[in-house]
Amino acid sequence: MRETTAKQDLFRGIWKENPVLIQMLGLCPALAVTNSVENALAMGVATFFVLCGSSLFVSLLKRFIPGEVRISTYIMIIATFVTVADMGLEASVPVVHKKLGAFIALIVVNCMILGRQEAFASKRPVGRALLDAVGSGAGFMIALLMMGGVREILGMGSFLNIPLFGDNYEPWVVMILPPGGFLTLGFWLLGMNWWTERKKHKQKELAAEESGERRAA
Amino acid sequence: MGDLIWILVSTVLVNNFTLAYFLGLCPFMGVSGRVETALRMGMANIFVLVLTSICAWALNTFLLPHAPYLQLISFIVVIASLVQIVEMVIKKVSPVLFKQLGIYLPLITTNCAILGLAIFQTNKEYDFFQGLFFAIGAGLGLTLALVLMASIREDAERAQVPKIAQGMALVLIIAGSLSMAFMGFAGLGSAS
Repeated sequence: MRETTAKQDLFRGIWKENPVLIQMLGLCPALAVTNSVENALAMGVATFFVLCGSSLFVSLLKRFIPGEVRISTYIMIIATFVTVADMGLEASVPVVHKKLGAFIALIVVNCMILGRQEAFASKRPVGRALLDAVGSGAGFMIALLMMGGVREILGMGSFLNIPLFGDNYEPWVVMILPPGGFLTLGFWLLGMNWWTERKKHKQKELAAEESGERRAA
Repeated sequence: MGDLIWILVSTVLVNNFTLAYFLGLCPFMGVSGRVETALRMGMANIFVLVLTSICAWALNTFLLPHAPYLQLISFIVVIASLVQIVEMVIKKVSPVLFKQLGIYLPLITTNCAILGLAIFQTNKEYDFFQGLFFAIGAGLGLTLALVLMASIREDAERAQVPKIAQGMALVLIIAGSLSMAFMGFAGLGSAS
């Protein structure tokens, strides 16, 4: 494995290797519960908590976990933290907990979390594992908010339950229904591809110009 | 009996696991390139879903009334070991089938549709037969979505897609349209 600096560990997950938008991991919660900013935020916080907790534990216990059963052990650790998050949300914000329903429990099978344990936390010291978890968790939350923001603004004409457009706005109901999830993520990816292509194109143009100038000189 | 048929139909069409609940998206995105592989994955899924439903019912009836906080952990452990056992049995009994299912069987363990089924079944308080029909319906729904997606993608391969839309962006937008088409089934019945 390549050596990385602490700063890279922290910031990598936020954008460059964003779990949802680049690696396409953890799509199930990213599409299912992002029909409003509030739900997206609750899901993001719960996943963040579970990811940090399990990364910390896996990294602490890595010497005692036998290689043959490591995946099952990781899943047990993750499931424990998810149970804690589930009960915590039920006690603190029962309304949101009810809306998210079974999807809180399904954090257990979020491949993004298991992926971070297998790829990173099980091989690195505690501090680095925690930094990586914070970065990836924040990246996941940003992606959820990007989805939730677009879907709530278009689908309900509001942001965090605050109406934005006045009474004449006809909400695009489809955005808060399941198809809206697929479409929103699809269009975000389209936009990002377009941006990267444009950047590449510009760089190529710049390089061509430079070589042209050199030839002229 | 009508109740059971309704559960079956509504899970296949109205509340399709993939297109309405976003469960089992990994195989939906990953192995939906070819119709044949999609069909096999679907079959493997139906099989494991039915077994999971039976196990979840047993856990709900015998263990969880005594220790409700163990729900999640016991489900995931049982599912993981179940898949492992099924894999070993199939390998022994029918090597041909084992070869056909290939890597799909172990992949199913981390498929959220399986855990999702166990949790939904618990939340809806289904009894044994209702759970069984729910599992078959969920499996058929997954298979249907996978096969539809695969046949569209086989066609899309021959189409000229703009460079920025290639890959996941296109798959997601197709999935969105499919999901929208399935919303048409929502009028089938009022009970959920």
